[in-house]
Amino acid sequence: MDLNLTVEEAAFRDEFRAWLESNVPNDWSSWREKPLDESFPYLRAWQRKLHEGRWAAVSWPKEYGGRSASLMQQAIFWEEMARVEAPPMANALGLGLIGPTIIAYGTEVQKNRFIPKILSAEEIWCQGFSEPNAGSDLASLQTEARLDDEHYIVNGQKVWTSYGWVGDWCELVVRTDPTVAKHKGLSVLLVDMKSPGVEVRPLRQMTGESEFNELFFRDVRVPAENLLGKANDGWNVAMSTLMYERGSYGARLHLIFKRHINRLVELSRTTPRNGGTAAQDPLIRQKLAQLFAEIEIMRLNQLRAFSRMTASGAPGPEGSIQKIFWSELNQRLQQIAQEILGPYGQLLQGDSYAVDEGIWSYGYLRTRGNTIEAGTSEVQRNIIGHFVLGLPRSY
Amino acid sequence: MQFGLNESQELLRDSARNFFSGECPMGEVRRLMESDTAYDASLWRKLADHGYTGIIFPEEYGGVGLGKVELILLAEQAGRALLPGPFFSTVVLSGSVIDAVASAEQKKKYLAPICRGEARSTVAILEAPASWDLQAMRTTAANGKVSGEKLFVPDAAVADFILVLAPTGVFVADARSPGVTIFPMSSMDLTRKLYSVQFKNAPAEKLGDLERVRPAFDLATVALVAEIVGGMQRTLDLTVEYAKTRKQFGKTIGSFQAVQHQCADMYLETESSRSAAYYAAWALQENVPDASAAVSIAKIYASDAGRTVGNRGIQIHGGMGFTWENDLHLYYRRAKASETAFGDATFHRERLARLVMDAAVVAGTSA
Repeated sequence: MDLNLTVEEAAFRDEFRAWLESNVPNDWSSWREKPLDESFPYLRAWQRKLHEGRWAAVSWPKEYGGRSASLMQQAIFWEEMARVEAPPMANALGLGLIGPTIIAYGTEVQKNRFIPKILSAEEIWCQGFSEPNAGSDLASLQTEARLDDEHYIVNGQKVWTSYGWVGDWCELVVRTDPTVAKHKGLSVLLVDMKSPGVEVRPLRQMTGESEFNELFFRDVRVPAENLLGKANDGWNVAMSTLMYERGSYGARLHLIFKRHINRLVELSRTTPRNGGTAAQDPLIRQKLAQLFAEIEIMRLNQLRAFSRMTASGAPGPEGSIQKIFWSELNQRLQQIAQEILGPYGQLLQGDSYAVDEGIWSYGYLRTRGNTIEAGTSEVQRNIIGHFVLGLPRSY
Repeated sequence: MQFGLNESQELLRDSARNFFSGECPMGEVRRLMESDTAYDASLWRKLADHGYTGIIFPEEYGGVGLGKVELILLAEQAGRALLPGPFFSTVVLSGSVIDAVASAEQKKKYLAPICRGEARSTVAILEAPASWDLQAMRTTAANGKVSGEKLFVPDAAVADFILVLAPTGVFVADARSPGVTIFPMSSMDLTRKLYSVQFKNAPAEKLGDLERVRPAFDLATVALVAEIVGGMQRTLDLTVEYAKTRKQFGKTIGSFQAVQHQCADMYLETESSRSAAYYAAWALQENVPDASAAVSIAKIYASDAGRTVGNRGIQIHGGMGFTWENDLHLYYRRAKASETAFGDATFHRERLARLVMDAAVVAGTSA
């Protein structure tokens, strides 16, 4: 056990830190709270800049424009990004999930066609997985693709598609064989979102905004060469994408949470409570200390998981404890923010009395989605029960 | 950066696990817990022969000179086995206190026999107010004699000498001197006996200043957390095993999500406690600036999680879990005693708040 950085890790950190110092935009804070459609060109430009420095996809192999970074270097990358409060990248799904899946399963033609434009943010990717009747039970999805000579003909509906409104391409999971067991008849298609018959509708969520979309496919023709992986092997391809999702996301959250709790400590110092300040209130102190402890343990769990993954070579089902941990912690954090802010906690962005431009009322509502998106807490606990502890399948 | 065990650490962990399962199986734990002191001289000799009684202490005093992470791995296995007797009070607690505060001459006199397995010792800390902040102690020490009443002193009946904390320093008294009277306190954890100890002008030698005791207490706290982790792991293993075999409604109960999800939470709580314990041990070993905060974080999380894992384990065992013959309650009792010792979660949350909130700015932790 040695938690000091190795020479290579320190060199990686220093190089990226130096690059960030001269390249990170200094006006992100004025864009941060704007709607995503307004800030999107800004995020595209930022990703292009990272790509020019070969920093857009450090985890990818060198031959595909990455740096073949180790998991620890990836953790360092996200810590450095968070430290300088760098903007996120526009093509988050393409870089984090879909690109790695194409690299793992794609043909040479597909890699050459898609990978460079994922990196440069020229083509934004979305992910067509969930359906109205296939959420946790993803394998029961019904969107069908029928092979007709050189094309698949796609019909069906997807829901909860992030980046659907701006997506140029979609990683779409479809049913290509309805006659076999549900996991065995799926395939993954790479679909041009400008194809005739694709319709994108905004899906308004409980925060009032529309981060996600519904996608409708009516006789959409997808060239057969856009099949990713083998026909009817789509479940494995899709699972590979989800593993990346569960494995990597926790890494970038630590300093975001840390920034939140630092701000809560600041706010508690100026919030009157029982004749003193909230920062002097024993109950608030207990709750903030508990949060602080859990945020640190989230970081430590992540580092231990990375060490295990480095040894075993692949993200494993243990990633599910990270998903449960961060999502439930984020909800507790937002609740404690509400307790500190009292009546001010409910004020929305735009109200002249709102604290921090209303981020706390937004966060309180938005974090309800955390235990649902990217695999519900219930599904994660099923995964731990079955795949980690060896209990019988319960569903 | 590597947050896994290296080969020699894995070896130490595995050989400790084998040692405890061979020398201290649950039958032996139950035999010792029914005895007055929970101490067994031949088991102690074997602990010493394996180098466990001197594991982290310098070789010049007969120790093995391993690091704090290694101590934590041993403590985890001891906790998993529910090792009865004075290992924690003698080696982890007294040994670390002597090592932290005493002179070289005194270490030869008091630490060396601990390392060799020839002496047992304990530390008398709490008094009637039972406060872990060490602020309200009234024990007096003057002219080479200590007077006062100490409570919740572990394993005092089998100690050869007792370290006594007083506002003016850390003292050591012969446990058998006429001024020392030891009474058993009847308490929940049957494997680690507690005592009240009265000192009436008991001859005592000063070992060092009270301020220097903090690092030793930090290490003892982390070792206690590691013991809790070992107990949690054993509780989880027993519970998963039970859920795989116990049938109701024609199915193993582990196939029900209400049961399975509790097991998943036990796993999450156990692994998270382990991450916190290992990091805190490493932070103490490397003397990193946030080491004390790391200790409190580990104690905060594991104090609550140890109890919660016990709650879940007993619940999943149903009626079996409520019987005397099932082992879970023995771990549950230990978990409660360890939760309180060296400050419970509430105590350490306030300590952490002072460390991180009352400081000017909460600094970001570097990668």
